[in-house]
Formats: sequence, C-alpha cells, structure tokens
Amino acid sequence: MSAPLLQVRGLSRAFGGLRAVDALSFDAGEGEIVGLLGPNGSGKTTALNLISGALVPDRGSVRFAGAELAGAPAYRVVRAGIARTFQLVRVFRSMTVRENVQAGLRFGRSARHGGHRDDEQALLDRVGLGAQAARMASELTYIDQKRLELARALALQPRLLLLDEWLAGLNPSELVEGVRLIRALHEAGMTVLMVEHVMDAIRSLCDRCVVMNSGARIAEGTPAEVLSDARVVQAYLGDDDLEAADV
Amino acid sequence: MSPTRVFAALAALGTFVLLALAPGLGNDYTTSLLINLMLYGVLATAWGLFCGTTRYISLATVAFFGVGSYTVAVLGERLPWPLVLLAAAAIGALLALLVGLVTLRLSGTYFVIFTFGMTELLRQVVNWYESKVAGSVGRYVFVDAASPGFIHGQLLVLLALVLALGWWFGRSRLGFALRLIGEDEQAARHCGVDTTRAKLLAFTLSSVFMVLAGAIVAPRWTYIDPAIAFNAIVSFQVVIMALLGGTARFWGPVLGVVPLVLLFELLVKYFPNHFPIVLGVVFLLIVYALPRGVVGWVLERGRKRGASR
Repeated sequence: MSAPLLQVRGLSRAFGGLRAVDALSFDAGEGEIVGLLGPNGSGKTTALNLISGALVPDRGSVRFAGAELAGAPAYRVVRAGIARTFQLVRVFRSMTVRENVQAGLRFGRSARHGGHRDDEQALLDRVGLGAQAARMASELTYIDQKRLELARALALQPRLLLLDEWLAGLNPSELVEGVRLIRALHEAGMTVLMVEHVMDAIRSLCDRCVVMNSGARIAEGTPAEVLSDARVVQAYLGDDDLEAADV
Repeated sequence: MSPTRVFAALAALGTFVLLALAPGLGNDYTTSLLINLMLYGVLATAWGLFCGTTRYISLATVAFFGVGSYTVAVLGERLPWPLVLLAAAAIGALLALLVGLVTLRLSGTYFVIFTFGMTELLRQVVNWYESKVAGSVGRYVFVDAASPGFIHGQLLVLLALVLALGWWFGRSRLGFALRLIGEDEQAARHCGVDTTRAKLLAFTLSSVFMVLAGAIVAPRWTYIDPAIAFNAIVSFQVVIMALLGGTARFWGPVLGVVPLVLLFELLVKYFPNHFPIVLGVVFLLIVYALPRGVVGWVLERGRKRGASR
C-alpha cells in the first residue's frame, strides 16, 4: 500500500505554558473522510491551523503527498493542494460572490489567469450558489456564506479539504443539504479532514475519526468505535458521569 | 468598450493635454498651483495604490517624500539630473523594502503608529546628522532643474505613470491580491496569496513614486531643512485627500486632491493660524459624511440603482 495522502507525526505547538497540540499523530488516506473530534479547547482548530500553515509548529512533521509541509507558509500549503474553511466564516465581504471564487481560481494550484467564467459558474452551481454570482458576499445568508467559502476552497483545486466546523450553526434542513454536499465531494474522490461537533453528520460521513483531548490523540477508529470508547466519554463528560453515560 | 469608458478615457486624455499646455497659457501663480495639485495627485494616488487597497494606513508618505528631497539636496550639484532622480528612486526603494520587511507584519493601529514614528525618527536622524556631522541644519538646493515649467512637466509625467500603474493594478493579479489582503489578510493567505511578497512589492512601488515626487519638487524650495522636508502634516493631508476621493478605484484619490488643495490654499492665505484646526474638522467631516469617499458614494448609488431596477 502506498503512503497515505496526509501523514501527521508528533505535531506540537504550545502557547506559553499551554500545550495546545501535543505530539499529535494521525493519517488521512486518499479519498477518506476523517473526523477530528474532541471537547472544546482540545486543540482541534490549532491542529488545523498547524496543518494549513496558519501557525508554525514547534515540533513535528506534516507530510502531504510526499512533501514536508510543517512550517511552510499558508500560500505554499495551498499550492501543495490543501484548502481550508474557517470556523468563523471568512469570505471577502465587500466583493461579489463571483470575485470570491475568482480569488481561489487565480491564486490556487493551477493559478489560472482570469476569464474562466465557466469554472466559476460550475463551482458556484456545485455548492448551490449559481444564481447569486453577482451579489455581494456580505449580503448572503450565513449558510450561503459557508457555501461560498467552500466554493472558494474548491476553486483552489485541493486534494485535501480541511473543514473547520463547517456544519456548525446550520438548521436541520440546511444540515441535510450540507451533509449531502460533503458526501458529493467524497464521491468525487476528495479527501476531507473535518473538525466537527455535529454527531449525526460525523456518523453518516466519516470513515474514521481521531479524537483529541488536551492537545493529544486519545482515540482513533470508526465513529461507532470512538464514540463508545471509555476515554472519549470521559473526555467529553468527565469522570463522575462515566457509569451513567451510555453513548 | 462602453461609451462611459470611452468618455472617461477621452476626458482623461483631454485633461492631460490641457495640463501639458497650462504653463504656457497661465501665469506663474497658476503654474505653481498646478504643481501643487499634481504633487498631491501623485502622492495621494501612490498612497491609494498600497494603503487604499490593502487598508494598511501609512503615515510615512512624507518620510519617502523627504528622502527624495534630501537626495536632491545632497547629490543635486554632483550628478546630472536624471542620475539624481535614479539615485533617489533607488534609495527610496531600498528604504521601502527595509521598512516593509520590518513593519508589514504589524497590522491595524500598530502599523499606523509605526509609520508615524518612523517618519519622526528619520527626521530626527537627519537633523542630528546635519547639525553634528554636516555642520548646519539647512541646505541650499541649487540645481538646473528648478524652472517651474520643467518641474510641472516632470510631475505631469509622474502623475501619468502612477495613474497608469493604478490602472494596471486594477486588472493585474498583484492588484487583486492587494484587494484580497484589504478584505481579509488571513483568508487571502489561505487562498494561495503570498501576502508578504505582494505587500512588499506594492509598498515599494508606491514609495518610489513618493520619493520621486519629493525629488522633483525639491528645487522649488532652494532651501530645505528637516522640518520642511519631513513635515508630518503632509502625510496627514495625503491621507485625507485619498479618503475624500475614495480608494476603491485607482482614480479616486485625485478626486479628493483637487478640492482639498484648493481649500488648503485658501486656508493658508486667509487663516494661516487656524490651519491645523480646520484640517482636523475637515478630516472629521469626511470620515462621518463620506466614509468610503466620493468613489464609494458613487459606486454605492450605482449599485442601489442597479438593484432597484
């Protein structure tokens, strides 16, 4: 078997005395959806920031498609084929929806030079924003901004997509729609690493989950396995509830 | 090309032809006024190129302007004029790269304060050098390039160049990158933009124009000292002009330059003692009434009209 697409080894980052990510190791194979779970403050977003180049790790390695990316600036990570979305949506607010996607197309992996209206339209159609291309990003609803962020990430033509709580804050029908979108990406062969709290989505989407607590990995396996793992239950609910909890 | 664009292009061309002929048509006063207009036109447009698009508000305009003036004061009599300009541009580019590398990691208020502090530092250093090493604080500028007509012509070319650069920014990848940085720098980085490189490049280009402007007008003064060449008020005026015009388009700052240069001209003449107060009031009025400048106001109206149709 060839090496997995993403190999994280011993990744660490401390903020002062707080070890936000502590010797984290895991893999994500080509075409897999891997969930990164854990209670609030367990270091999931920091881990994504380290992989995507927003933060520089103190130690450890991030191997992606054969290249070492630990410590590389974000734009180089993007060009290597990793795109991300943000926990709090970050679209280019006073630009049009179309320009937001153009940003991805013009600076992404293929770095094409403008004039690719078909691609923009195809990407916007893919996330269901086809009819809104000319609107300002700030005028979109929350879910549509999330869709736009996804379209922009896809415009970078990534091989690995990092989703930071992309499904958080959606209402039930939007959630169904969101899960369907991610599944469609999966079926098209995209590798996804998602930080998520929505358990239904994790169960139905993830092939494998990595659970973090206090910066370190405490469990790994299928969603069903990790969610019944005693250490995971303890991390989420605390010691006293261990017997009562039946996840 | 749409009719509006053809009209705009023709109007711009007509203005430039008229400006080129102006020294022959008017008198000394009009030429001197036009020099002032074009000087601030260059400074504000150059400021808008970098600061307007990236929203990194710089108060270092006069630092580069002053470096240009001092280059002329020091080298003006030793080198032929084109070489003096070249030297000024090179020194300015070097300084901009240095300052850029140090400061462009800062954001928001920190960047504003740093640029302001750096200007003061530069002024003090020049002051110290002139008084301790060179022996006298001021310098006389005697060069052949001092005729108003010649200065006027050079500034006109410089203005055309900086506007052309702005036009190119509007359609280039670099310009797009700067806009993304202005919108959300972190998101821009995660869109594959090498933000440090883009900022450094644009900051340097913009600074070179400021340095050249300072070099070209230096011969007008015949005498300069650090307080004249590094007068912080100039930096503030440039910001106010660019904000009044609006920085959403490359031609925006010029729209702010014309009314404010004329206003300041009147103020200096009739209320010389109250100049800073009025400057402050004008600043407040602009920020409250036209936060995105004339350009922003026009674009907003256009969008609303488009949406209601």
